[in-house]
Amino acid sequence: MRYLPQTADARQKMLDVIGVKTIDELFCDIPKGAFIDGMADLPAHKGEIEVEREMAAMAGKNMDASSVPFFLGGGVYNHHIPASVDYIIQRSEFLTAYTPYQPEIAQGTLQAIFEYQTYIARLTGQDVANASLYDGSTACAEAALMAMRITKRKKVAIGSALNPEYRKVLETYLHNLDDREIMEGEPDNETACLIVQSPDFFGNIHKYDKYRKLCDEAGALLIVVITEVVSLGLLPVPAMADIVCGDGQSISVPMSFGGPHLGFFACKEKYIRQMPGRLCGMTEDADGRRGFVLTLSTREQHIRRDKATSNICTNQGLCALSFAAHMSLLGETGFKTLARLNHEAACKLADSLEKVKGVRVVNEAFFNEFVVELPDGTDASIVLEDLVTCGIIGGLALDEGRLLVTATELTTDNDIKIFAETLAEVLK
Amino acid sequence: MSGDNRNENTGKNKGLHYEEPLLWEYAQGGESGVDWPELQGLKVRTGVPEREDIGLPQLSEPEVLRHYVRMSTWNYSIDHGFFPLGSCTMKHNPRLNEKTARFPGFAYVHPLQPESSVQGALEVMYELQSWLGELTGLPGVCLTPSAGAHGELAGMMTIRRAHECRGQVEKRRVILTPDSSHGTNPATAVMCGFEVRSIPTKDTGRLTVEAFKDALYKTDPQGADIAGMMVTNPNTCGLFEREINEIAALLHDAGGYFYCDGANFNALVGKVRPADFGVDVMHVNLHKTFSTPHGGGGPGSGPICCTEELTQYMPVPVTVKDGDKYRLETMEDRPDTLGALKAFTGQFGIFVRTLTYMKSMGADGLKQVAEDAVLNANYLLSQLGEDYHVPFEGPCMHECLLTDKAQKEFDVTTLDIAKTLIERGYHPMTVYFPLVLHGTMLIEPTETESTSELDAFIATMKDIAVQARGADGHDILHAMPHSSPRRRLDEVKAARKPVLKYIEK
Repeated sequence: MRYLPQTADARQKMLDVIGVKTIDELFCDIPKGAFIDGMADLPAHKGEIEVEREMAAMAGKNMDASSVPFFLGGGVYNHHIPASVDYIIQRSEFLTAYTPYQPEIAQGTLQAIFEYQTYIARLTGQDVANASLYDGSTACAEAALMAMRITKRKKVAIGSALNPEYRKVLETYLHNLDDREIMEGEPDNETACLIVQSPDFFGNIHKYDKYRKLCDEAGALLIVVITEVVSLGLLPVPAMADIVCGDGQSISVPMSFGGPHLGFFACKEKYIRQMPGRLCGMTEDADGRRGFVLTLSTREQHIRRDKATSNICTNQGLCALSFAAHMSLLGETGFKTLARLNHEAACKLADSLEKVKGVRVVNEAFFNEFVVELPDGTDASIVLEDLVTCGIIGGLALDEGRLLVTATELTTDNDIKIFAETLAEVLK
Repeated sequence: MSGDNRNENTGKNKGLHYEEPLLWEYAQGGESGVDWPELQGLKVRTGVPEREDIGLPQLSEPEVLRHYVRMSTWNYSIDHGFFPLGSCTMKHNPRLNEKTARFPGFAYVHPLQPESSVQGALEVMYELQSWLGELTGLPGVCLTPSAGAHGELAGMMTIRRAHECRGQVEKRRVILTPDSSHGTNPATAVMCGFEVRSIPTKDTGRLTVEAFKDALYKTDPQGADIAGMMVTNPNTCGLFEREINEIAALLHDAGGYFYCDGANFNALVGKVRPADFGVDVMHVNLHKTFSTPHGGGGPGSGPICCTEELTQYMPVPVTVKDGDKYRLETMEDRPDTLGALKAFTGQFGIFVRTLTYMKSMGADGLKQVAEDAVLNANYLLSQLGEDYHVPFEGPCMHECLLTDKAQKEFDVTTLDIAKTLIERGYHPMTVYFPLVLHGTMLIEPTETESTSELDAFIATMKDIAVQARGADGHDILHAMPHSSPRRRLDEVKAARKPVLKYIEK
């Protein structure tokens, strides 16, 4: 078998050296009843040709965004990834390294994390950022837990339409702790934090000043959630938040049916010791040269065990690396242009769909996604299925005959034209 | 932005070793590394002012490539050499897995597409669930947890939900775990609202029925306040818990559930089924046992597998097959589920890599993995015992535990040994874990190493032991390493006044 270097002969020699007759003597501590009789009931090993064919056959059954007009977002976005990003992250030295526990031989990973933290801090207008969390939904839940630790309060308020996937995860995390509560609307003096997603799940853009004021009055923390990180190239910086978190998937990470994506997390410096996740800091080596290490680990599970700020250890290291590589290719002008291209594509999409008979764009303002209302009595999921039959992924079905639609820099004028024409046909 | 400091590095580059500045230290103001189509100048419809200066560095594509390629050369990786990091299973990462994960039909698919347009993706998940169910003997499989610690959270929440649905959650507050467990275990139990009770293991490296009973009945003669236990098996000392059947039976009699931390499943895969030593729920690290790359700290993936009884409580979504169609079951289909632990379906790209690996290895190959992993570890143990203290008698499973007791006498510590291994071209083993003994070294060779690779490592370790005993052993080893991209780093300085991002001078 191609991944196993030992030969039958070598195995026997090693058994002799160890001083046992059979391999099973080494498994002698395991109860007899726990062994599989013979082999597990699964297929035998296969060569590359067969495996690749089997996997390709499954991939071929999916309709993918690279081959059809595509208007789906809602927390995961179809963006361009420059070719060099994937080459960078496939360098063996990055791909097959472990968490940088031995900094002398992990400076590549560490400097990349330090640069990633700098990117996230600048994009969000926050003082510090961590080395990543699993995804936006778990980052949001961790932010709420952190706010509860800081304020010693047990209620969480939701200020704007939070992505329902995030909402469900937040509910699960809080449900397992006693007396926690999620409420809608304004925070009061028992509220740990106010969570504001902007653009919100329906694409609406929120101004942060009024939420800041509400939080200051209530003594609560303001948590801003960003699910479309590209929006930070056009919309105002959420610098007045206490914590900014969300998903960085839009930059460099393929949609990949929901993961792996990239949870980012940034906050004000005064809260640093309550942060979840890994942090990379600058220091010097024995010769006085600049170097980087994982730091402030006294917050973490491997030191603090049951007193840790979170149980997280492995995070999304390689996705953070690809994010930083993609951002370094974009630069200030490239990133802002990307944001404008997304907005322009969405404006064109809105204008075209508005012309479809019976369709109305709901949002007055938006970044790259918005809600459209279909004619009375239309079932949005059936419309989407009909569009799939015509080779179009048309958006996300909301209740009451509404669709959430998204455009990005990959959306062409022709995609928009086909979508509007086909939608008109489907609605007839 | 500060100026270009690459000139400051003139004279510091040697051979193939380059000093590389931070991105912000490059000369600024050049072109972007991405050429976009022209903007059309449409009126902005955001209703808010435009973003002001962000402070992002501007580099061309060749500069970016060099930056990352130079930095990559400062990293040690599996593709460089032996990486015996205990409990981390640093095995070879097949590139076929990378190729299949990048098929457009997998990489460019959105999790909220209509199910009719993603039947192939659901088939991958369904098939992976089936393989994991068969290999663990635990038929309920939920793929969503994002890493090992997240899988622990999923497993412990499943246990909590089971007690909750029976009206027992107020009463059952205690989770038992050995003092040798991974730090994530107690941290996870607390995130689920449980109290942690530690079981001592330091005398034998194993749980004993006696110590377990003491903990189980400590506050209630029937153990009626026990929610469950978290046990890694094989444990973090590299040993199989011999008395696990008796311990699991006592726990089950008291009404508790057995959570197995599956970090060490590489010792058992294809050969031993955890369900058959009493496990009720466990997570499996796909990035350990099933060869997906660690990526310098993720992404991982930590699906959970549980008994038929617990299946109704585990997180959603779960993929099911109706006739010849696949679909996701959500909260509406599973009223007793604990809910969602992550947005969407999980680390799907890792599922594709894992299934690719499973198909490559098959039932026969996976069994060979467990056998070779255990064989390699015992071979190391048999050769290193002369020079290093072996605290617990063998045989070990897929990793072996040593301490620096013999070297301490010469004032040489585990840290010095680790840093000397770096000087000799190795990644060190896991050091100072588990915490049950002083100066522990946990060595996991994995099955993807040949005998000659192991022999070279043994020779190096023996040589270090000789050096430690020799004249000036302490001084020599304490100064290690010299030849790595950096020498020992000042961690105290880093923590005292944290600098966590680049700030212009």
